[in-house]
Amino acid sequence: MTGLSTIYELAAAFRAKQRSAEDITRDCLDRIEAAEPSVHAFVSCDRAAALAHASQLDAARRRGEKIGPLAGVPVAIKDNICTTVGATTCGSQMLEGYQSVYNAHVVDRLEAAGAIVIGKTNLDAFAMGSSTETSHHPTTRNPWDKTCVAGGSSGGSAAAVAAREVPGALGSDTGGSIRQPASYCGVVGLKPTYGRVSRFGLVAFASSLDQIGPIATNVRDVALLLNVIAGQDKCDSTSADGAVPDFESCLERPLQGLRIGISDEYFCEGLHAEVDRAVRAALELYQAEGTELVPIELPHMKYAVACYYIVAPAEASSNLARYDGVHYGYRAAKPEDIVDLYSSSRGEGFCPEVKRRIMLGTYVLSSGYYEQYYLKAMKVRTLIKEDFDNAFRRVDVIASPVAPTTAFRIGEKLDDPLAMYLTDVYTVSANLAGICAISIPCGFDKCGLPIGLQLMGPAFGEEILLAAAHQYQLRTDHHTKLPGCGD
Amino acid sequence: MTEPDQAQPIIGLEIHVQLKTEAKLFCACAVRSDAPPNSCVCPVCLGHPGALPVLNCRAFELAVLTGLALNCTIARRCKWDRKNYFYPDLPKNYQISQYDLPLAHTGNFELASGGQMKQIRIRRAHLEEDAGKSLHDAPGRTLVDLNRAGTPLLEIVTEPDITSADEAYAFCIELQRLVSYLGVSEGNMQKGQMRFEPNVNVAVTEDGKEYRTPIVEIKNLNSFRAVRDAIAYEIQRQTAAWRRDHGYQLGRCPNENRGWNDEEGVTEFQRQKEAEQDYRYFPDPDLAMIELPDSLFDRLRASLPELPIARQERFVTKHGIDPVDAATIINHRPTTDLFEEVIRAGGEPGIVAKQFVNVWLRLANDRHSAVTDLGVGAGRMAELAGITADGTINKTAVDRLAELLLDRRERPLALATELGLLQEHDRETTVRWVEEVFASNNRAVEDALTNPKKTKAAVGFLHGQVMQTSGGKADPRLVAELVERKLAELRSNR
Repeated sequence: MTGLSTIYELAAAFRAKQRSAEDITRDCLDRIEAAEPSVHAFVSCDRAAALAHASQLDAARRRGEKIGPLAGVPVAIKDNICTTVGATTCGSQMLEGYQSVYNAHVVDRLEAAGAIVIGKTNLDAFAMGSSTETSHHPTTRNPWDKTCVAGGSSGGSAAAVAAREVPGALGSDTGGSIRQPASYCGVVGLKPTYGRVSRFGLVAFASSLDQIGPIATNVRDVALLLNVIAGQDKCDSTSADGAVPDFESCLERPLQGLRIGISDEYFCEGLHAEVDRAVRAALELYQAEGTELVPIELPHMKYAVACYYIVAPAEASSNLARYDGVHYGYRAAKPEDIVDLYSSSRGEGFCPEVKRRIMLGTYVLSSGYYEQYYLKAMKVRTLIKEDFDNAFRRVDVIASPVAPTTAFRIGEKLDDPLAMYLTDVYTVSANLAGICAISIPCGFDKCGLPIGLQLMGPAFGEEILLAAAHQYQLRTDHHTKLPGCGD
Repeated sequence: MTEPDQAQPIIGLEIHVQLKTEAKLFCACAVRSDAPPNSCVCPVCLGHPGALPVLNCRAFELAVLTGLALNCTIARRCKWDRKNYFYPDLPKNYQISQYDLPLAHTGNFELASGGQMKQIRIRRAHLEEDAGKSLHDAPGRTLVDLNRAGTPLLEIVTEPDITSADEAYAFCIELQRLVSYLGVSEGNMQKGQMRFEPNVNVAVTEDGKEYRTPIVEIKNLNSFRAVRDAIAYEIQRQTAAWRRDHGYQLGRCPNENRGWNDEEGVTEFQRQKEAEQDYRYFPDPDLAMIELPDSLFDRLRASLPELPIARQERFVTKHGIDPVDAATIINHRPTTDLFEEVIRAGGEPGIVAKQFVNVWLRLANDRHSAVTDLGVGAGRMAELAGITADGTINKTAVDRLAELLLDRRERPLALATELGLLQEHDRETTVRWVEEVFASNNRAVEDALTNPKKTKAAVGFLHGQVMQTSGGKADPRLVAELVERKLAELRSNR
């Protein structure tokens, strides 16, 4: 497998009339066709629609019309983001064949920028999982080792980019669902600040944590995608107003004088030695380049996973109540009455992991338990946020591993939900605090599986975060390595 | 054992008022009751995956305005909560509502009850979205219309300060008048724009000890009469149940929901409150906390009109208007505004009030419209009142003239002159009319003079005949005087 060009290169080639959109799209579709039988990154791909869009772009260019910043660039969309082309299944039987009547705000923005939506990518059912194994579709394989998971829940998007099927993709991140698969697949994944990107059209898992973000092979491409999708949307009350900077032009900010916070909370028991070593090596590089490593304390970090697994299921239990077999989606055959219609449709349409979280969430919101669980979790969440606020008074970014290990084997954790949940241990706190965080490749373990470095920035601090990540990539080549072709 | 005292009813009301907005509470869909099913819908109110609510600020403003009119404390920060329950016409299977931080709380509402003013305390008022409608059109089949889903509702909850079915009835009417007065709701009962849920129980005293019956919530009443009748029935039912079995007590028997069967005139058991659903309220993460800025709060407070009850009081005390006339005029705010405009234009308040009640409102009702739509402006109304007050025209002429004014553009005086409706004050002319009537109505004259039982009626008849003979122009007072004089003359001649 040879390298597909980057988003930056493709956009430039189209703009310079060196390549047509149709040519780029055909190349991309061919790559998908070649890789899919062994990767399973996509759940749907409408070849005709993509090519039709591409030829429209070519015609527009011929007519001399104004061309968007991502014109001619194929992008894959996680299948929990609504598109009018193709189904939006959320990886669940519940929404098998479900056709959205509208495009998510980010999809409209991508298309307005000239990007070509090439297909929808696999995910854990309703984004609940860390491996795409809870998907109704076949499990996505890690392009670096196809017996391993690609991570999740945005495993399809990360694997598609890693396998160079597409130059970039959108994922969603509720507790690490962009960063963890990006780490497992050796690509770059950004979880923007909560409110940076509109959630309108993102099928809600946990509304106060969900955020759409870009996945690409390098930081510059991630910045280019973010430029297009960031900004206020009147249809999402939680999207932030205020000016959106040009994330590409801020990448050149030098490392000199940058302060990176390091917390012991992220280097504790359970962290795999090889991951530990790679992350520390990255920190040494930063230090050698003139950044200051500052020890910080995040005393409430240890409660983050517990807090997350109360807040996220609570919101999910309410968000997923609408899938009841009445209005759309899966409906059980021959229900006896309305209660049976509800319970059978939901019982059959949801997978065990989704049901587990709905039950957990329903329980923690129940009268008599609300104060004990949900309210307490919300207080802890505030404390975690304050920890980060305090830390960011002293440092510009905080560095940590993305996940305790590299990609695990398919099936390895399927019967152990707690072990699966703990793969999120380093990522959930950024969602709870609402800050931005990025995963970039920082090495490989002895099996050749990628290792990710996580950098976290303050709320709306993407500029400095992306700059720190980009400057690292200028000095390293982990992100340029390609997965082998063999299995 | 002594006979138990009269049962003392304890009544609180929950009222849902549909706010008058163009768009729904959380999306831009039109609020229309007459549209074909499922034609005013979008991904947001259909609860489609990925759709998000955005607050319609107008609904919030109308709700705050109502809260202010109910003398409530307005929360400067309030939030949205999800009320989770499954129902086929609730597309998200949760309702966006306000749980522990309602936008208004701790108010009171003044009510005329039993000839005096009474304060009913308001516990809270909060905004929420309405559900759709289920249509059970055939056995085993239910259709759902989601046009109504997402319509803004204001839920107003009173303290249990109401003590009779009639008082509850009066409260509901007064509240409807208030919301239509404020322009926050049309308050149309036929369209379900106001729905009532009374909570009723009774306190009975026996041997100096007070017993209370379990609290019954009567669900979903949509007429004032149903409110009154259902409460009255419930008071009687609970009292009888307690008399039969003293174990029927609050805390010993469960509270329950009952429905009103309008045909049978009875309430019917629905479910026990012990088995009440757990709604699992929690803050809606899709909507931000609402901060009510000072500027908006001040603007809303300043826009609060004088409320009907205060205005009625002012009409009576300041303008000396008959209280019954004042109450009639005040019902409709535009009519009331026009009424005041007529007074400002120089109309004598008492006469203007009489003409509103007896002439203008009657004409409007005949035409199924409002006084403000009759096409007679304040200036012409004031002039009509003026020429009535100074005797230029008489009452018979007023009715005719008023009706003509609807279709013509002339001023009342000019029109009255043109049509010869001016009152005839000339004594000699009036004497001629009287003579004429006496000459041709011997029987009535005879009755007036000789039959004490019929005197009054006969005099009235003769008076009316004179008015008719004059074509309505005669001055009634002069006619009365001349008729009396003529009768006295005939009496002395006998």
